[in-house]
Amino acid sequence: MADLAGDTDNLLRFRDDEAHDEPAITLDSFLNGQTNAGAVRLEAGDDARALLPSLEQLALVEVSFPSFRDGRGYSAARILREAGYAGELRAAGDVLVDQIPHMRRCGFDSFAPEAPVDSETLKRSLDRYDHHYQRAADAATPIWKLRHG
Amino acid sequence: MYQYDQYDQSMVDARVEEFRDQVKRRLAGQMTEDQFKPLRLMNGLYLQLHAYMLRVAVPYGTLSSRQMRMLGHIARKYDRGYGHFTTRQNLQFNWIKLEDAPDILAELATVEMHAIQTSGNCIRNISSDQFAGAAADEVTDPRPWAELLRQWSTFHPEFTYLPRKFKIAVIAAAEDRAAMRLHDIGIELLRKDGVLGAKIFVGGGMGRTPMISHEIRDFVTADELLSYLEACLRVYNRYGRRDNIYKARIKILLHELGPDEYRRQVEEEFAKVKTLGIDPPVAELERISAFFAPPAFETGLSDVVDRSDPDFAVWLDQNVKPHKQPGYAIVNISLKPVGGIPGDASADQIDVMADLGERYSFDELRVTHAQNIVLPHVRKADLYAVWQTLTEAGLAEANLDLISDIIACPGLDYCSLANARSIPLAQKIAERFKDLDRQRDLGELKLKISGCINACGHHHAGHIGILGVDKKGKENYQLSLGGSGAEDVSLAKITGPGFDEDGVVDAIERVTDRFVQVREPGERFLDTYRRVGFETFKEAIYG
Ligand code: SF4
Repeated sequence: MADLAGDTDNLLRFRDDEAHDEPAITLDSFLNGQTNAGAVRLEAGDDARALLPSLEQLALVEVSFPSFRDGRGYSAARILREAGYAGELRAAGDVLVDQIPHMRRCGFDSFAPEAPVDSETLKRSLDRYDHHYQRAADAATPIWKLRHG
Repeated sequence: MYQYDQYDQSMVDARVEEFRDQVKRRLAGQMTEDQFKPLRLMNGLYLQLHAYMLRVAVPYGTLSSRQMRMLGHIARKYDRGYGHFTTRQNLQFNWIKLEDAPDILAELATVEMHAIQTSGNCIRNISSDQFAGAAADEVTDPRPWAELLRQWSTFHPEFTYLPRKFKIAVIAAAEDRAAMRLHDIGIELLRKDGVLGAKIFVGGGMGRTPMISHEIRDFVTADELLSYLEACLRVYNRYGRRDNIYKARIKILLHELGPDEYRRQVEEEFAKVKTLGIDPPVAELERISAFFAPPAFETGLSDVVDRSDPDFAVWLDQNVKPHKQPGYAIVNISLKPVGGIPGDASADQIDVMADLGERYSFDELRVTHAQNIVLPHVRKADLYAVWQTLTEAGLAEANLDLISDIIACPGLDYCSLANARSIPLAQKIAERFKDLDRQRDLGELKLKISGCINACGHHHAGHIGILGVDKKGKENYQLSLGGSGAEDVSLAKITGPGFDEDGVVDAIERVTDRFVQVREPGERFLDTYRRVGFETFKEAIYG
């Protein structure tokens, strides 16, 4: 399925559970019929909020990045995490190694980049910053909290 | 001014190493130029016509003398001995080698400086009032709020790949010296029932479709400001256009949705975001504010200044502004000498200004969006000594806000997007009007030049604006009139067919001649223009 970036050759996961193997269906199919599905794929322009009533049943949400310049998926991820989604959240498509740290902070815990990611480079960039200024969707304590307790 | 703690310092240090790593991978061919581009842009590194340009952030335009000296040092060591102050209150080096960029960032980090987010489709350097902390008309010093926003926006994980660049300005005075209404988000601090808070304007900007921002919320308190801004940005990140680079700024989203619908969406988002605990406690704003406490002003100083040197008196009247503290004044250093390049300063001049800041202005300098430098807190008794030093350094041009105090973008001399040159035109105009008595007779006249439709030279906001266009392969200049970036904000209107370089200088002179004929006592050019209207001037230009 070349048109789906669900190509898992380069899959990177930051979760302990088993990868969900049911293929993700489109938001349209999910909303109009296949309402039992456990995996949904959001295109960059899809409204992540449409999934909020069904978060309990979802094990995988895949968010598409058609181009690394298209940052809509970062907001989609945060919206899902802010609403309490705890399943796998996968960034798929044109995902570059230097973007993964930010994506992690937005709540993504799985990555299916089109081009392979060098694991050494990734490790370096994930370890690079000890702290962050903002509160985001990850567990990091923001710097203002460290300053004021 | 603000001082880094260990968290701030480790952030910029890590950034240096990150960029070093990225440059290494690029040079080793592990990244394509296309993939590297957004990374280098987020570190302020542009590829220009002849070399790399590095844009260094000067947060809200405030610098210490030590930081200023570092800029001079970098100009000497890595560039050709000068730097260029920009309309975003930043500084650009135009002749940088990619291999040197990580070392330059490392040197900057030693004085608490960086180039983070000075370009790219992210939240850019926060701009503010260059007279902050010194102006008599301010409600509060806007810089602590700007610093809070600097930290919040630094490596914001959600808003680093926005549809387009994003500019925020914060002011706290009735007089708008930061072109606040022409920013993606403009914040005006004010007091409501004794409480300080922010009025939020969204959707201003220049570029090919200039727009004045809309008031989106009349008041947000400090403890909810970041939530509110996240809501503003999130609506934009999700729905701003990504299909056409010229329609990608938030002003187009506001225009297409309408301010009411945009506001509704933001409020809906805000209702959720503000429950997430992303706002720092007010203690954080207080912590930052302590760094901006007024310096130890002397009291009981005289306000009398000896005006017996006539050249000094002219400079005093033109470039020195009132300070809120008796016995002190605000000194504006013009970087617009006749024949010079607007906004450029040599490394030696940078050092002179740094020394003056240290000796006479509590170790502080400011960069203005009009590409000049400010010494914010100078004792009146020291003004003459300051002026003498500036005169020796070629920095005492007494033309603040006059026709030769031109804002000009780099234009075709540097910029790969340009249609026409800006700098030589600015020089010609300054030359034509070089008689200072004539300039002072014309009074406040803000002339702004952009070398292409991207409007980096703010021509839409010029009392007189000039836009370089390409006319069948030839440089051509469109003239427009009546813009303002101040509290009386307005967009300039194009007069008619364009001109060649000499033609546009003549046309400007026809405009100023007509102004002199029709003005009433005490009127600025802009006042007369607004009173008598566009046609009078159009007729003067085209006959
Ligand atoms: S206005 Fe155009 S020519 Fe001037 S700096 Fe901006 S992009 Fe370059």
